[in-house]
Amino acid sequence: MTAANVYQQRPTTGAKAESSLHHADLASLVGKGRKNAGVTVREKKLLGHLTLRGDGHDAAFAAGVHKAVGIELPGPLSVVFKGETSLQWLGPDEWLLIVPSGEEFAAEQNLRAALGDLHIQIVNVSGGQQILELSGPNVRDVLMKSTSYDVHPNNFPVGKAVGTVFAKSQLVIRHIAEDTWELLIRRSFSDYWWLWLQDASAEFGLSVQA
Amino acid sequence: MLHIFCPHCGELRSEEEFHASGQAHIPRPLDPNACTDEEWGDYMFFRDNPRGLHHELWIHVAGCRQYFNATRDTVTYEILETYKIGEKPQFTAKASGEKV
Repeated sequence: MTAANVYQQRPTTGAKAESSLHHADLASLVGKGRKNAGVTVREKKLLGHLTLRGDGHDAAFAAGVHKAVGIELPGPLSVVFKGETSLQWLGPDEWLLIVPSGEEFAAEQNLRAALGDLHIQIVNVSGGQQILELSGPNVRDVLMKSTSYDVHPNNFPVGKAVGTVFAKSQLVIRHIAEDTWELLIRRSFSDYWWLWLQDASAEFGLSVQA
Repeated sequence: MLHIFCPHCGELRSEEEFHASGQAHIPRPLDPNACTDEEWGDYMFFRDNPRGLHHELWIHVAGCRQYFNATRDTVTYEILETYKIGEKPQFTAKASGEKV
C-alpha cells in the first residue's frame, strides 16, 4: 500500500452540504416554466468524483481498475456506465470515476487496494466539479448553439464523452442516452453555465427537474 | 478555421481547442553544469525560426490536455502531420529536399 493520505472528506455528521448552484435555488423552480419544454435540466449534485491516473497500457493497472470498479477501462472518448457508477476516459493516462454520494471514500480505498504498488494517482475532486443533466428533444440544438464540436449522432453516439470548448469556456460533454446529455462543469463556472443554459434554452422552453 | 488531428483523442478537432507551445525536439543538456554559458543560453532562449517545415509542440488544452508534436509549414500554415511525443516525424526538411 502507498503512504497516500486517504481520508473521509465528506462530513458524516449530517452537516449541511451545498452544491455550487445552491444560490440558484433550482428546487424552487421545479414545475415552473413552459409546459412541454424542449430542454429539461437536472442538477446531479454532490456525487463522488475521483480522477484516476496510471498507465493504460499496463495490464496490471487495467485489471486492478476492473477488479475495484467492475468496469473495463474505457478507451479514448468513451464513458461506461454500471448502475449509478461511471468511468470515463479523460486522456491517455487519466480517467474519471463518478460514484453515488458518499461512496467515494470506499471507492478510493478499493482502488488503492486493487492497484497496490503501481505508479498511480487517485484524487478526490468531488468538491471541484459537478454534473448537469440535460434531456429533451431540443438539447442537441442547445449544444449546437454552444459548441463548435459536431454533436450529430453520427459523430457523437451514445457512450461518447469529449472535452471541448463550450460557450467561450471549456467543459466535458457526455452523451448518455438518445436525448440525454451530461455536462461536466467546474464549480467556479456553475453560475455562468446556469445563466448560459437559461439563455440558450429560452427559445425551446426550459424546465427544471429535481 | 483549421482542424487539427489529436493523436491521443484520435480525431480531428477545431483549432480553438489547441494551443501552440513552441519548437519541439529540444533536448535538455544531460549535464547542465558542464555547459558553457553560450550552450546553456542557446538551450534556454534561442529557437529556430524557419521558413518552411517546422516541428512544433502543441497541447490539446480543451480536450485530453496532452502535449503532442506537429509538423507545420510556416509559409502555408499547412499541418502535415501530428505525432505523439517520443515518435519520429515523417516529414522533415531533409526528406523534402529543402535547404535547412
